[in-house]
Amino acid sequence: MVAHLTIVVVEEDRDRAIAIVDALKESADCEVFVIGNSSGLARKIAAHTPDIVLIDVDNPTRDMLEELTLASGPLERPVAMFVSSAAGNLAQAAVEAGVSAYVVDGLSPARIKPVIDTAIARFRMVRQMRTELAETRRALEERKVIDRAKGLLMKTKGIDEDAAYALLRKIAMDRGRRVADVAEALVTAAGLLG
Amino acid sequence: MRTVSVPFAYMPLVDAAPAIIAEEMGFAASEGISLDLIPAPSWSSVRDMLAFGRVDAAHLLSPVPVAMAMGLGGVTTPVSAVSVLSVNGNVLGVGRELEARLRAIGFAFDFADPVKAADALASVRSAKLVFGVPFPFSMHVELLRYWCERTAIGADGFEIRTVPPPLMADALAAGDVDAFCVGEPWGSFAVEQGAGALLLPGNAIWQFAPEKVMAVRSDWAETEPDLLGRLMRAVWHAGRWLSRPENRSTAGEILSRGAFLDVSADLIDRALTGHVAVSSQGEIRHVENFLCFHTGGASFPWRSQAKWIANRLSGAHHLGDEISLDAAARVFRSDLYRAHLQDTAADLPGASEKLEGAIRHPTAVASTKGGLSLLPDAFFDGAIFDPTGLK
Repeated sequence: MVAHLTIVVVEEDRDRAIAIVDALKESADCEVFVIGNSSGLARKIAAHTPDIVLIDVDNPTRDMLEELTLASGPLERPVAMFVSSAAGNLAQAAVEAGVSAYVVDGLSPARIKPVIDTAIARFRMVRQMRTELAETRRALEERKVIDRAKGLLMKTKGIDEDAAYALLRKIAMDRGRRVADVAEALVTAAGLLG
Repeated sequence: MRTVSVPFAYMPLVDAAPAIIAEEMGFAASEGISLDLIPAPSWSSVRDMLAFGRVDAAHLLSPVPVAMAMGLGGVTTPVSAVSVLSVNGNVLGVGRELEARLRAIGFAFDFADPVKAADALASVRSAKLVFGVPFPFSMHVELLRYWCERTAIGADGFEIRTVPPPLMADALAAGDVDAFCVGEPWGSFAVEQGAGALLLPGNAIWQFAPEKVMAVRSDWAETEPDLLGRLMRAVWHAGRWLSRPENRSTAGEILSRGAFLDVSADLIDRALTGHVAVSSQGEIRHVENFLCFHTGGASFPWRSQAKWIANRLSGAHHLGDEISLDAAARVFRSDLYRAHLQDTAADLPGASEKLEGAIRHPTAVASTKGGLSLLPDAFFDGAIFDPTGLK
């Protein structure tokens, strides 16, 4: 029997970390450690002598992991970014999904694959949720700005809400711009003039 | 002419200016391209985006392409440094603890003398000095090592750890690092936050250090020579524009925008003008050639600069003779620079290598237009690096 894999996941968000750990444990015979705090990251990771390290591509602390790729670094075994190992196309998928994987040299692709596949799926889901959240937030912001612009028009031109919105929409269409952009410009201008 | 979009990854730093200005001031448009500028959260991310083809060009630390060619670090896709984006621009600083100890012994924070600064640091340290740097392959590391090894700090008297600059203040407060070497605006940011004081500009150690390069995948350079030429010319024009003092405040305004650096223009102006506030007590120092984009042939990728880097990396990582330093240094593509900029106003030097460290005063050299004058490139200890004979 092959010894189980040791995986370190670098993730500050507790809920996300737990979700990733659960998914990994289902996919492979492995032991998973989560490191949340960036202080002394490379040394903390090295202490676990992991076979695989997983980290969000967008995490700025990724550069701290680069030290692990140096044989003379705190981890005795050199770690390569997954791309340079055998299954190259998986690496690209990983990066696109938003996860970077650091794998100890010499680990067989057959053992890595299920772990990376799971990580990719999990990170892709998280990324999608994050994008959706950002979009919802932006839509909310835009609605607020449009409401303020409508208010300004109603007050200065003495028109009702529907007429104010119709006016915004007409200007936007005439100028080939988004209603939110026109509203934003109006609010900014009003702020300057007021 | 149809506009072609070139995805370009960068770290939000003052020295990403040539790429940002190329796009924002229309130099890219006049070459029929537009730069799709993609800010990255880390240097590993910039490198990976370039290596995996997410972007075609990138703002990279000058030692990264050389290290990749030597098989160091996580990724080894062949990458070419087609021009130098910036020379100098780093600062060395200390956290509050060391600042207080240095002030207690009357250290003046002259921001000029590397030997005195090292003497002072060596006299107040209680243990090994731990420096934070942004990335293991960086001019920050090379300057620090060069300086420490040749001063009272000593080869065994320091340690270098990677800390992303946005987390440097926390790392200083937590005692993970005592001091740091970072690029602007992070040094000025640390001063503004009261996290520490600045000790030296990078060019007090090496007067003409290639800091960032414009890198492309080598296979992309082969298959897209026309696009590469347009990109290089646009960025070259931006560098020249940036070198004119009258454009500095405009440059500062553009860089300060939320889409780019998102810090105040005042902070950025310090790097662009070389008027640097070294402490929160408002001590201002002026540094000549603090950050160069164009002057003195700054954007020319000298093979000898790459050889110096390769030689230092080889020593630090105990690489054997089987790795050719000469081959690694070929990632600095002076050949492509010549090929793509020969029809511009660029004044190309006659040679592609020079004795690094030998120029003590601005010196006229043989060039295609006869007007090129190189800036001083001395090392603080007076050493001269001869690139010939490196295998």
